[in-house]
Amino acid sequence: MPDFNFIDQVNTLSEQTIELCYHCHKCTAGCPVVDQMEYGPDRILRMVQFGEKEKLLKSDDIWVCVGCETCGARCPNEINASRVLGALREIAYLENAAIAEPGAVKFHRIFLSLVQRTGRMHEVSLLALHKLWTLNLFSDLPAGARLFMMGKVPLMPSIIKRRSEVKRIFDATDPKKKQVSHGD
Amino acid sequence: MSRIGVFICHCGINIAGTVDVTAVVEQVRKHPDVVFAADYKYMCSDPGQELIKKTIAEYQLDGVVVAACSPAMHETTFRRAVASAGVNSFRCECANIREQVSWVHQDHKEEATIKAVAISRSIIEKVSRNETLEPITAAVTHRALVIGGGIAGMQAALDVANAGFPVILVERQPQLGGKMAQLSGTYLNFIAAPGMLLKIIHKVNTHPNIQVLTNAEVKNVEGYVGNFQVRVDVKNLDQNPASAEQEAIQTPSMVEFTFEVGALIVATGWERYSQALLPEYGGGEIPDVIDGLAFEQMLADGGRRIRRPSDGKVPNEVVFVQCAGSRDPERGVPYCSKVCCMYVAKQAMMYKERVPGGQPYIFYIDIRSAGKGYDEYVQRAMTDCHAIYLRGKVSKIFRDGGKVIVWGADTLSGRSLEIAADLVVLATPMTPDPGAVDLGQRLHASTDANGFFTEAHVKLRPVETLTAGIFLAGAAQGPKDIPETVAQASAAAAKTLQLFSHEKMTVSPLVATVTAELCAGCGACVLACPYGARSIHPLWNIATVNASLCQGCGACVVACPNKASQVHNWRPDQIMAMLDEVL
Amino acid sequence: MAIKAPESETQVGKGVEFSYYPGCSLHSTAREFNDSIQAIFKALGIKLVELEDWNCCSAASATTLNHALSLALPGRNLAIAQKSGRDMVIPCTGCYNRHKTTEFELRHGHSSNRALIEESVGFKYQGNFEVRSLLDVVGNQIGLENVRQHVQKPLTGLKVVGYYGCLLLRPTEITQFENPENPTLLNELLRTLGADVQPWSYASDCCGGDQTLVKPDIAVRLVNRLVDRAQEAGAQAMVTVCPLCQMSLEMRQTVPPKAAGPSAAGAKMPLFYFTELIGLAFGLEEAQSWWKKHLISPVSLLRSVGL
Repeated sequence: MPDFNFIDQVNTLSEQTIELCYHCHKCTAGCPVVDQMEYGPDRILRMVQFGEKEKLLKSDDIWVCVGCETCGARCPNEINASRVLGALREIAYLENAAIAEPGAVKFHRIFLSLVQRTGRMHEVSLLALHKLWTLNLFSDLPAGARLFMMGKVPLMPSIIKRRSEVKRIFDATDPKKKQVSHGD
Repeated sequence: MSRIGVFICHCGINIAGTVDVTAVVEQVRKHPDVVFAADYKYMCSDPGQELIKKTIAEYQLDGVVVAACSPAMHETTFRRAVASAGVNSFRCECANIREQVSWVHQDHKEEATIKAVAISRSIIEKVSRNETLEPITAAVTHRALVIGGGIAGMQAALDVANAGFPVILVERQPQLGGKMAQLSGTYLNFIAAPGMLLKIIHKVNTHPNIQVLTNAEVKNVEGYVGNFQVRVDVKNLDQNPASAEQEAIQTPSMVEFTFEVGALIVATGWERYSQALLPEYGGGEIPDVIDGLAFEQMLADGGRRIRRPSDGKVPNEVVFVQCAGSRDPERGVPYCSKVCCMYVAKQAMMYKERVPGGQPYIFYIDIRSAGKGYDEYVQRAMTDCHAIYLRGKVSKIFRDGGKVIVWGADTLSGRSLEIAADLVVLATPMTPDPGAVDLGQRLHASTDANGFFTEAHVKLRPVETLTAGIFLAGAAQGPKDIPETVAQASAAAAKTLQLFSHEKMTVSPLVATVTAELCAGCGACVLACPYGARSIHPLWNIATVNASLCQGCGACVVACPNKASQVHNWRPDQIMAMLDEVL
Repeated sequence: MAIKAPESETQVGKGVEFSYYPGCSLHSTAREFNDSIQAIFKALGIKLVELEDWNCCSAASATTLNHALSLALPGRNLAIAQKSGRDMVIPCTGCYNRHKTTEFELRHGHSSNRALIEESVGFKYQGNFEVRSLLDVVGNQIGLENVRQHVQKPLTGLKVVGYYGCLLLRPTEITQFENPENPTLLNELLRTLGADVQPWSYASDCCGGDQTLVKPDIAVRLVNRLVDRAQEAGAQAMVTVCPLCQMSLEMRQTVPPKAAGPSAAGAKMPLFYFTELIGLAFGLEEAQSWWKKHLISPVSLLRSVGL
C-alpha cells in the first residue's frame, strides 16, 4: 500500500486535494522551467499520489520551481502544484532529507536568520554569507560592485525597533519547537 | 388524352442559373398532353402552390408535373396542393431538374437545358399514364407485446398500459426484474436497486391492463405492423391459467399461446461476458477473480458477503480492472460497455464504506463519465475513498500463494506495477442476450455484428427497427445504464402509442399488384420479396400481395417470368414511354 | 476606518493618505523605484506614510522553508497598519503577494490559519483596511484621467512593452486583480503617458526573479527569452512593476537583443519602473537622477526619442 501518512502530510501542508489531479498535463505544459526539471509538476503530483517520499524529497525539481504560480492559475481541478512543491521543499528541509540543492537552502536559511536578528533584509550580509558558505565567491561580483557604487547596497543593516516581536513570530512558527497545524 | 399542367421552377438561381427555364417551357408546351406550361421562381412557396391550384381550376387539369428539385424534397408538398384542388395526388409527379441537371452540369448550360427538357417530358409521359390511387388502410390491433421483463420491458409495458391499452409482458425467467434485480446500490446516490424494482414490479403485477407471463418465451412471430400473431410458450401452466381468448395447446410441461398484437417491444436485455474468454485474467478458473455483477451481489446486504470466494476472508486489497474484454477488437468485443467506469467508482466507494480498512485500486484506460453529475461522482471516488486510479490495461492475473497477482502499468508515471490483491473484480462488457440473434431472425429485426438489435436510424430513430411495428428498448439495443434504459423504454412506448392512436393505419398505395390471368403460381416473387409481403393463395394458387408490408421495391416485378407482377404507376409501358423521351 | 476609492476616476479626494510599505528592496537595490514613487505621489498631492517599524516579509525564503512563518511575518505589518486604518500600498509585488495572502487567510482562510497568524503576532485582525498594490492604486484609484492631467511631456516615440511578472496577478483568488492571461491596466497607463505600447503575449511569463540569486542559470534562460520576445514585439524597453523582476532582467541579460533598436547594436534592452516613466512624463526634473541607478542605462534610448 502507498505511504498514506506521507500523502496526507503533503495534502495538509499544501492545503491541496492532490487526488483530484487527472493528469491532463496543463501545468507541465505551462511551466516556464519544466525543461530543466526531471519530472515536471504533473509527474510530481503523480509521485505524491503514490507516496514516493524519498524520490520526491531528493529531487532537484522542487528547487528548480520559480514559484510563478502559473500551474495553479490554470489547473482545471483548482490544484496549486506550486504549493505542493512548496510543501515538499518544506518537508525535505524539516526532515533533513538529501536535498538536491543545498545552496538554495543555505541562501534561504541565511535570509531568514538575518530577518530574525534585525527584522529586515541586508543584502551585503546575505550575499557575503551565502557566497562564503557555498564557496561561490566571485559570481555576481562585477554587478555587485556596480550596485554598491550606485549607492544601492547599503553597508549598514537597517534594524527595527521591536525586534522581539519578530523573534516571537519566528519562535511561534518554528516547527521544531511547537506542533504547528494549519489548513485543517 | 390527358390535360397536364407543367410548372418549371427556377429555384432562385439554383436551376435558372444553369437551365434556360424559358426554353424548357417552350419545349414542353409542344407535348400533346400538355395544356399549360409556365415557369416560376419558387414553386414550393405559398404563391407557387397557389399557382398550381389556380391553374388546375382554370384549365381543368387532370395531371400535374413540377419540374424542380428532387421528389424527396417536395413531392408531398405538391401532392397535397394538387389534392386540395381536387385532383388525385398520384397524378402529380416531380421531374428532378435540379439535383440531376442544374447542380451537376453547371458548366454545360446548353446540354443541361436539353436534359431538363428530356426529363420533364419523360415525367409528362409517366403522369399521363398514372392511375388514380387511394391510400390503403389496414386495421390495427390495439394490444402490445413486450419481450423481456426487466426494467426496460416493465417501463414500456407500464407506459402503454397507463395509456389504456392492453399489454402482454413475456419474461423467460421465473420472476420479473432482469439484471437490475442483481444490483446493490446504484449511482449516483447509492439507492438500492431491488427496492426501486419492487415498486415497479408491484405496479406491473397489479395493473389491470398488463398480463404477465413468466417462464415464457416468444417462439414465433407472423404478420405485420398492426397485425402480428405471436406464439408464446409458457412452462408451468399453474402460474398462467389460459384465458378464454387464447388458443391453448397443452403439452405435459408447456403451454402454447397465440396472441394478436399490433406492436412488439423488444427488451431482451443483456448477459454477462464469460471469463473463459479472458485467459490472461485467469480464464474463470481463479475463484478470487470475479466479475462486476458478482461483486454487486457481495455489496448488497450491508456488505456481510464481501468475502474472498477462496477462503472466506475479508479482502483488504481489491483491484478493479476496467475494460476487461471491452474496447478489444482483437480478442474481445470492440465496443465500450459504457457503464463500467461509473459502476466501478460506485463499487469502490461502497466497498470502502463497508470495509473501511480496505484499499481499492482501479486500472483504467479512460474514464467515461458522460452523464449529468457523473464526472463529479467519479472524482468523489478519488477523494472520498482514496481509490487509487492507475492508467493502464492489466496484462496478466495469476495466483501466487493465497494472493492474486495483477501485472499492470501506469502510463501517467510511466511504470509497470505489480499488485498482490486479495480480490480482483473484472468489469466485463455487457453482451446481448444469447437468444437475441435468433429472435431477431424470427422477428425480421436485424442485429449488428455484436448481436445488439439495430435501430432504424442511428441518430433520428433510436427505438424503432426497420420492421414497422417492432420497437426496441434497453440494453438489447446496446449497453446502457438504468436512466437511459428507462428513457428508451418510454420512447418505445410512445412509438407504440402513436401506432395505437388510430383505428386504422394508412399505407402508400404504390405497391405491387398481381394480374391473376398471367400468374402461374410459381412462387418466384415470394422468394424475391425482402419484406415477406408476397404469398401464394392456398386456394387459387396465385400470388397475393400484403399491401401493408409491400414497399414497392419492384423485386417481384423483376422475378416474375410472366410479367404478372407490377407496381402501381411504375408499369413497363410507363417506363418504356419515359425511356423513349430521354434516349 | 478605511478611506475608500471614490466613485469616479477623475477625482481623488483631498487628504487621501496611504500607509506605505516599501519592503527591503525599495531602500536598497530598488532605490530608484522608491525615489520615483515618492516624486510622483508628491506631484499628485497624495501622502504616503511609511509604515512604522515595518518588518521584512521574507518573501521567497519563508515560503520555501516554513509556510507558517510566511503567513505570520506579514501579519505583524498588518497589525501595525490597522492602527491607522489607512489602506496599505505596497510597491514590491513579492511583498504585496505575501501581505495579500496573509490578508486572505485572515479574512477567508481556515480558522486555524487565522489563529496561527494572530497568535504568533499577538493581535486581533479587524479588517478595517485593504492591502493594495501600487499599480492598482495608481491605475484604479488615482485613475488614468488624473494621471493624464499631470502629463507635461508625453513619451511620444518610446516603444515599450508592459511586463507584469507573476506575483501581482497570481494566484487569482488572492490577488483579485486582473486576468493573468490578458492584463491591460499597465498598458492603458503607459498609453495615457503617451508611450507607444507594443502588443505582446508574455506580460505575465515568469522572469525567474525568485531564483536569480539562488540558481541564476534558470533566471538567465527566462530573462533572455523574455527580452527576445520583447524585441520581436518591437519594444525598445520593458516596463516593470516589480523590483525583483527589474533586477533580474537587468542583471541576467547576457545575449543582446537580436535586432538593434535606436540604441546601438548589441546593447542590452533597458528597463523602466512604471513610476519612473510617470515621473518622466510628468516632467519632473529628478527623473534624470534615476537613470544613473540603472544597471542598463536608458539614457541613450531616451535621447534618441527626444525625452
